[in-house]
Parts: sequence; C-alpha cells; structure tokens
Amino acid sequence: MTGFLQNTFNGLVGGAFYALLALGLAVIFGMLRVVNFAHGAFYMLGAFGAYVLLTEAGVPFWAALVIMPVGLALVGTALERAFIRRLTRLDPLYNFLLTFGLTLILQDLVKLRYGVQSSPYETPAALSGSVDFGLFDFPTYRVFILGFAVAVCVGVWWVLTRTRIGMVVRASTERPELTRAFGIDVGRWVTPVFGFGIGLAGLAGVLAAPMRAVNPLMGADLIIVVFAVVVIGGLGSIFGSVAAGFGIGLVQAWGEAYLSDFPIVSQTIVFIVMAVVLLWRPAGLFGREEAPA
Amino acid sequence: MRGTVGVAAASAAAMVLVAGCGGGGPQSGGDQKLTGGRIVLGVLNDQSGAYSELSGRNSVKAVEMAIADFKAKHGDKAVTKDITVETADHQNKPDIANTKAQEMYDRQGVDLILDVPTSSAALRVADVAKEKEKLYFNIGAATTDLTGKSCNKYTFHYAYDTYMLANGTGRTATEQVGKNWYILYPNYAFGQDMEKSFSTAITAAGGQVVGKDGAPFPNTSGDFSTFLLKAPTLNPKPQVLGTMQAGAELVNVVKQYNEFKLREKGVGLAVGLMFITDIHSLTPAALAGTTYTDAWYWNFDQQNREFADRFQKETGTRPSFAHAANYSAAIQYLEAAQSAGTDDADTVVRELEGKEVNDVFLRNGKIRAEDHRVIHDAYLAQVKPQSEVAEPWDYVKVLKTIPAAEAFRAPSADCKM
Repeated sequence: MTGFLQNTFNGLVGGAFYALLALGLAVIFGMLRVVNFAHGAFYMLGAFGAYVLLTEAGVPFWAALVIMPVGLALVGTALERAFIRRLTRLDPLYNFLLTFGLTLILQDLVKLRYGVQSSPYETPAALSGSVDFGLFDFPTYRVFILGFAVAVCVGVWWVLTRTRIGMVVRASTERPELTRAFGIDVGRWVTPVFGFGIGLAGLAGVLAAPMRAVNPLMGADLIIVVFAVVVIGGLGSIFGSVAAGFGIGLVQAWGEAYLSDFPIVSQTIVFIVMAVVLLWRPAGLFGREEAPA
Repeated sequence: MRGTVGVAAASAAAMVLVAGCGGGGPQSGGDQKLTGGRIVLGVLNDQSGAYSELSGRNSVKAVEMAIADFKAKHGDKAVTKDITVETADHQNKPDIANTKAQEMYDRQGVDLILDVPTSSAALRVADVAKEKEKLYFNIGAATTDLTGKSCNKYTFHYAYDTYMLANGTGRTATEQVGKNWYILYPNYAFGQDMEKSFSTAITAAGGQVVGKDGAPFPNTSGDFSTFLLKAPTLNPKPQVLGTMQAGAELVNVVKQYNEFKLREKGVGLAVGLMFITDIHSLTPAALAGTTYTDAWYWNFDQQNREFADRFQKETGTRPSFAHAANYSAAIQYLEAAQSAGTDDADTVVRELEGKEVNDVFLRNGKIRAEDHRVIHDAYLAQVKPQSEVAEPWDYVKVLKTIPAAEAFRAPSADCKM
C-alpha cells in the first residue's frame, strides 16, 4: 500500500510537468491553431535561464520562478508579432516548420555557449528536506511542485471560467467567427495568449531545474510525450490537456512500477494509451469532433 | 576477391614500370613506403551530441598534440613530416559512422581511424576497417564485442570496455560497500551488456543482485523515482545501488538519488560508467563517496599532470580519459609506423601486436595479439567530498590501481581473427 501511494504521488509529480506544458500547448492551439513545436525549447530555456541567473547573477530560485516565465512570455509575444502571425493564414504546416526550425536554432545556440554537458542546479535550501506523511516520507521539493502546479492549473481554470477575459478567450477558441460577429476583437487576444502559453513552458522549466538534468536537449525528449498528452486530452481542450497530463504521469509511474517485468510495455505505455484513445475517440478524451467544413 | 587480386596485380605491374624507369624518388607517387608520401589520422566521433564534451573536438586537439610531439621527437629522422588530421561528426548514428569511415579511408587517404564512441557505431566501423584493410583504434565505445565476435585484424580496442568497468567497480564495491545490489540500467544494448557484466562480477565476488530493472531508454520523462523508491523496500535490502545510466540520464539518476536521500537510508551508490565531465556537471557534492572505475585520471601523478597542463593550454579544460587515450593511440600508431618505416596496414599491425608499451595513458600497457585488446592499468576511483577538492576538476581520489592483467578479461573464444 505504501509503495502504491508513493508511486501514485510520483506519477502526479511527473504529470504536473506534462500538465503545465500541455496546458500551454492547448491554449496556443485553441486560439491560434498553431502546433507550437518550440514548446520544449522554451521549457529548456526556462531551466537554463534559472541556471544562468543563479551562477552569473546570483539570482535565487524563487526570483527565477517569477523572472523566467515573465521574460519568456515577453519573448513569446515578440515572436508571435514578428513571425507566427504572418503564417497563421497559410497552411498550419508553415508554422509547424517555423517553430521546429526555431527549436533547432535555440538548442544549438545554448549548446554553442554552454555545451551539451548538464549544468548543476541545487534544490533551494528551504525545500531540500522531506515531508513525513506517516506511512512514508517524500521529498519536500516534489510536494512543492505538485502543489504549485495544481495551484497554477486551478488559477488558469478560474481565469478562464470566471472572468470576462476568460470568457472571451474561450469563445474565441471555440467559435472564432461567431465571437467576431458579436463585435469582439479576437485578434487582440492572440498575442497575449501565445505569450502566456510560452510563459507556462518557462515556468515548468524553472521547476524542473533542481530535479532534472539541465542541458540543451532536455526539452526535445519530453515534448514528444507532451504532444501525446495533448492528443489524448483532445487537441485544444484546456481541461483535457490538464487531465491527460496528470493521467499520463500516473500511467507512466504505475507502468514502471508494476510492469517492470515487461519493459517493452512500460516503455511504450504512453503511446499505447494514445493509440487506444484515438481508436475509441478520434478527437481525444475531451475533444469535440469538428464538423466537416 | 577477384577484384583485389586484379588491383594487386595492376599495382605490382605499375611498380615494375616505375622501378624500370629508374625514377622512384621519395617524392614520386611510386614510393611504396608511405601512400602519397604522408600519414593521415582520422578522428571520427560525436562533435555535437551527448558525448561531444567527454571526447569530441578536444580529442582532435589531443591528436594534433600527439603529431607535434612525434615530430619534435624524431625531427629529420621521422618517417614523414607530412602528418595531418581529418575529422568528422558521426552524431552517434551507425549509418553515418559507416559512411564517414568509408569516406575517410577511400577519399581522404586516412591511415588510421580513432575514437568512435557509441557501441553500435563502433561495431559498424570495425566492419569497414576489416573490409578496407585499414587500421582502426577504438577509444570511445564500451562493447566487448569489438574484441569478441566482431574482432578483426585491423581493429584495436584501446581504452576501456564493459568488462573492465564491471570487474573494477562491481568487485570492489561488493567487497567494500556491501554485498546486496540493486541494478538499474538503461534498457538497450549497452545497458543490458553492463548489467550482465556487473551481475557476473558481483556474484563472483560473493555478493548478490537482489533486484534489477531496465529503465526505458531514452527515458523521455527524465524520471527514475519509481526505481529509486523501490530500492530500499526490497528484501533483503540492497546496500548498493548500481546505476548503468550514462551522460544526462546519469545526472537525472544521481539528482533523484540525492532527492530521495537513499544514502541516508543506507543505500550506497556505484556508477557503471562515468567521465570526469559528468562529475563536473553534477558537482562533487552530489556524488561524494561514489566509487567507479576510471581508465585514467589527470591528477594521478606528475606525468599525467604535465600532460593535463599542456592540454589545458590548448583547450581551456582538463582532459578526460578519452582525450588522453586519443593522444596515446595516435602516438603509438606513429611510433609503430616509424619503426616499420611504412604506413602499410599489415606491416604496422605486425609491429603493434604483442608490443609492450608505457606512455602517459598506457601504464604497463600491452597490445594483445590474440584479440587486439590493449590492456593497461585501470583505477578504482572515489569522488571526493567538496571539502577536499583543492582546485577546479580535482574531483577524484584513486583508491586502488587495478593491474593490467586483472583489469581486462582474458581473450575471448568468440574472437577469430
């Protein structure tokens, strides 16, 4: 039982990263119809930014947790204004190629300056202990990540469902033409939403720095799973991306713990789940099938 | 085969012709001592990916240092003064390694290919060397197949292999840290090979493997906590966690090992394959007390230190064992060509086989004729606590020198030259 609880907890922590990243991808896709391939690169920049801030300017983890997401969100808005916007009217493939190219450039720039070797980043002192849950103890930092990610997801949900901005964003995501017909300037919200999605990726990166290897390729592997998560949740579905994020985290952790005699299954379980979900519900768990145009 | 005979016949005929003309000075194309009157060394390795820091471009620098030292030593008596380096990035992909190796031998006139990390790529290059009948010193790869079922006349395995790592770390950590092991390995060729070698070494030393798990490779989630949580709950409880992960995955395992405070829970850490560059990126504090087997350490003695100082002037960093081994391999090849007076591969192989060597990398070294394993002293190393680190990169103390004869396995019956 203890083991099961520990693995569940771990799955939720792993899922927290997926959820934050998938949430950003989902709001961007919903609003812009852009599959942002550079999401993993911005996650990496978040972690690297935290490292550079700490080693070259002595900026602690807590400050980086604010500075990096905000800074990257600004970079995101500039990127949307300068490039993404020009390509949204064309085939989605153009933006896919643009963001993919951007990923390669960002990765190589970081590689050029800092090399491929992982950079050290310590867990902040206040979170380096462990929390006693009676049956088992768990690293404080992981508890913090889980709480923090849940808080962010709930916050985003609150903004989307309870505020006017959220209503506009949801309406523009789901029925852009109709929303425009009501006299709402949908275009105005595109840039901030893109920036916000990028900011979430940066936030996940900063959170990852103390517990994962910080190197230029750290986002490249992760993003593949995150795309699977988004597809499982339903492309563009905001609730679906978060639910699928935590769900996939759990599936991975349980798979590793209880299917360790079948390594082939535990390695591919995310994609097995994806295939099954797509066969059963082609639009994903929480996605709506789009009416043929 | 018919083609080879044809070429041989044609070149023999050409030789007779040239000799008949009475030409044949050292500068003419008919000089049979050196092809083209020059020696070309090829460094084929990872120059942009996961292994580019532990070897990569700095190994090219090391080979250039070797050429300069060779020329300085022999001066006018050198077999040739025209020695150059060609280099290529194989990106750790067997297909690219295969193509680049052919290109080097065929078009760039390379006499010797050096380095080639990543076992799958290393084995492909061994096949190319065999086919082209040109020399190949592997330094960067770990698989014992290079001196086992894939061995051949033109391939030498220079620095280390999975047996050496398992035998050194597995045996000593069983004797000194604890008898019960939990082994975590990346589930692909290298990891499986390492797990087998370690299990054998541990059992032979009187220990037992109470649990082992193959983690997904590549581990896209970057998370190993399921395995790390499992370790202390096994019965009997393991005293040693042996991780076979390498590079960034090793960094993940160690970070999370510390996060879950396994050392405090009585589970020590032993690492299968680690380079000084890994310790640098994890910081010695994260690894303090960890034992592993090293093929060479820059601060081991005065001779190594002098080399490391020169290397640092060239590159701005301290050498890993792969850098030192590339330097040594280039020197030993050039010396063999010098005494043979030719770059003809078969003649140089005869010169190398059975040779006993001592240089900055090879201590009590011997180039075994049976399987072309280059044996030499290896070192059981332990990462120092931060408080004992006296200068940058001074991360390790050598606990024990493992004599060459014990460090490597006996020639394998699988190897048929």
